[in-house]
Amino acid sequence: MPVRVQHEDFDVGAEIAAMRSNNPRIGAVASFIGIVRDSNEGAAVGSITLEHYPGMTEKSLRAICEQAKARWTLDDVLIVHRVGTLAPADQIVLVVTTSSHRGEAFSACQFVMDYLKTEAPFWKKETTEDGMRWVDARDSDAQAREKWK
Amino acid sequence: MKLRVLYFAALRERLGRSEESLDAPNDVANVAQLRDWLAQRGEPWAGAFAEIRRVRAAVDQTMVDERHALHDGAEVAFFPPVTGG
Repeated sequence: MPVRVQHEDFDVGAEIAAMRSNNPRIGAVASFIGIVRDSNEGAAVGSITLEHYPGMTEKSLRAICEQAKARWTLDDVLIVHRVGTLAPADQIVLVVTTSSHRGEAFSACQFVMDYLKTEAPFWKKETTEDGMRWVDARDSDAQAREKWK
Repeated sequence: MKLRVLYFAALRERLGRSEESLDAPNDVANVAQLRDWLAQRGEPWAGAFAEIRRVRAAVDQTMVDERHALHDGAEVAFFPPVTGG
């Protein structure tokens, strides 16, 4: 159940191939890739910088994977999350879930993202024409997480 | 009670520090009491905790509510709501 926090970009194809290797039990792979947008709340975004809480970040991501595996029959879960300064169109986060069947892989992938958004200690600061600003948490993210209770 | 207190993101910037080691008085028993004790020390803590809404906390790297009890040697972190992903 790998969890990685890194500055470097990731190769989605290589990550999925590594999870599938030599495992004929896997019948379904679901993935989510989060990408930096070029605008937010009406302002053009030049770059974002992601801060995190080393130690707690990895611990919270592992706990989210554990919850997903307790809830659905999964072969494995992968979370890769980038930190540091990123530009529009850069990849930020990758979640991959593997299972025998698609329903569990799809549900678990969405669950992991909804929990990551509200529980994993990352903070985004964006650069716009007016300067730098911290991104506000969205109520819709908290609502998305509540629906899994 | 000896505590290591960490601050992140907007709270870290507003306070001008990312961490401090403290010896809190005995009547500081939980997260809310620690936050109130920090704020009553004056600036910059009073302003930071007043201005930054919905400050969250973690004890020993687990997110907790403000009634969570503290223990000697705990690592306590304060931060705004998270915005990763």
